Amino acid sequence: MHTALLLEMAAGALADRIATGPAADGVTYAELAARARAGGVWLDAQDAVTVVYVGLNGPMLPVALFASAEIGRPFAPLNYRLPDAELRRLLARTAPSVAIVDDDMVSRVEGVEGADIVRRSEFEKVCADPKLREAEAPAADHDIAVLLFTSGTTGEPKVAVLRHRHLASYVISTVEFMHADEDEAALISVPPYHIAGIAAILTSVYAGRRTVYLPTFTPEGWVELAAAEKITHAMLVPTMLGRILDVLEARGEKLPALRSLSYGGGRMPQAVVEKALKLLPHVDFVNGYGLTETSSTVAVLTAEDHRAAIASDDPKVRRRLGSVGRPLPSIEMEIRGPRGEVLSPGQSGEVYVRGEQVSGEYLHRKVLQDDGWLATNDAGWMDEDGYLFVEGRLDDVIVRGGENISPGEIEDVLRQHPAVADVAVYGLPDDQWGEKVACSLVARGAPPSTDDLGAFVRSKLRSTKTPEVWDFRDALPYNDTGKLLRRQLKAELTAQQPAPV
Amino acid sequence: MELKPGSRWKSAVCDTEVVVVRATAGDIALECGGHPMITHAEAKPAGLTLAPDHADGTQPGKRFADEVTGLEVLATKGGKGSLSIGGRAIGAKEAKKLPASD
Repeated sequence: MHTALLLEMAAGALADRIATGPAADGVTYAELAARARAGGVWLDAQDAVTVVYVGLNGPMLPVALFASAEIGRPFAPLNYRLPDAELRRLLARTAPSVAIVDDDMVSRVEGVEGADIVRRSEFEKVCADPKLREAEAPAADHDIAVLLFTSGTTGEPKVAVLRHRHLASYVISTVEFMHADEDEAALISVPPYHIAGIAAILTSVYAGRRTVYLPTFTPEGWVELAAAEKITHAMLVPTMLGRILDVLEARGEKLPALRSLSYGGGRMPQAVVEKALKLLPHVDFVNGYGLTETSSTVAVLTAEDHRAAIASDDPKVRRRLGSVGRPLPSIEMEIRGPRGEVLSPGQSGEVYVRGEQVSGEYLHRKVLQDDGWLATNDAGWMDEDGYLFVEGRLDDVIVRGGENISPGEIEDVLRQHPAVADVAVYGLPDDQWGEKVACSLVARGAPPSTDDLGAFVRSKLRSTKTPEVWDFRDALPYNDTGKLLRRQLKAELTAQQPAPV
Repeated sequence: MELKPGSRWKSAVCDTEVVVVRATAGDIALECGGHPMITHAEAKPAGLTLAPDHADGTQPGKRFADEVTGLEVLATKGGKGSLSIGGRAIGAKEAKKLPASD
């Protein structure tokens, strides 16, 4: 089972349906398949193994992905937002490769040894070549489908390996073939080098849902394109949703065609979810939790879960708005303690997952256990009904006097304070408690008093969770997929602490 | 026939095509429309007709899991014939409706 077969099936079942682009004159499934065939035949003739993609989101992205899949070459989308030197370093790691590069980015990546460059405009011409479109598919061994450089928060990026069987298994076990109505359209604004961007292409094609690309994200651009293209579905990372809600509120835009918004890729502040439910009451909200190494989603909080939580007086049900939902039927999940023991509901530990979509593999390093379980490095707990609450990266959890404290929980509270625009909570070394709770804040207007902020936290959480160190600054550090770099703040503040006497 | 994971098979009597999602060891006689399925590359034999007992049709995108042998296939193209193993009909798995999350 390989991912190119997903497109072949779609083109066989609904050849004339629009697969990608505007409803009026987009590319049909038959046309997408023909372009992928031509592109694949051409790529197969190149003296390269990996197919690299350096460019903005756009209709050439699914063509390049499926062209690579058909000929069994790994597809490696790179983060074009990186500084040139880093981008070139990643490109060098893909050699021998052929890189499809946006015309205006060519000068940034030219001359890297082992990486041949084809301009996107040239590749488009290749995909229109009638001879190549009618050529037989070359014989291929379908093994590695996608290589993704993880945008981790530390160190040199690792290369996550996703094989055809992982991605295909994710798609066929979570999506019903061609179940989308003809008027459904998904707006893709996550970048090409993010697992959600790859998964969106595969699941949309299999569902028969048209995809529309936002080349580069701005909240205004997103709202305008969603309205113009009558977008029904979209996936957003938390920072995107917050900014989109601000634009919707300011403009009084309701997006009547919108049916489903999914979010994931980081902790969503509960206040943002509540605001979203209020501003867009006609929309189904879905929270997806997953990792690059798990081929995207492994747990979902469904629209019904959201509605039940917001309508409930039972605190146990209500708090599920802050959970990531329950594991997919095809996924096994466990919470384990430091010695590997399986923990009971309510106990916090490390999240483990197992399933056919779980790759748990980096180039030259497999982290999957022999029995198929992957340690996610995320801390979390499950309630009695199997809802997963993710507390953050295991390394970010603050251990103060033996008590595990989730930074996200404190951040959610502080973000509700009217004078706080943004906040990061992390642990700093402490002689007495091992670690103490510290925070960096961006104030909205004049900085509030720390006494006032401390009292605000104590009014909502146990007193041990009140920050002891308050650091005000103009902005917090994020990586370019919106992940907060707590570790950077922690390092800076640790260096600033007075040396022990 | 040996049904390897990822191998593709087609009906000898209709348009149905399948891909093997999960294989099991041993010899399994996978049929469609009452006749053994043939490899994707093979030419269809002449003179065969759809068996009336195996003519309920196969829908593209449906998954078929056989509890007896453990074989699982995905229909990549639909057709008039239905699937069976050694004459025993195998039914489609219940589809799980999950919300879009990507």
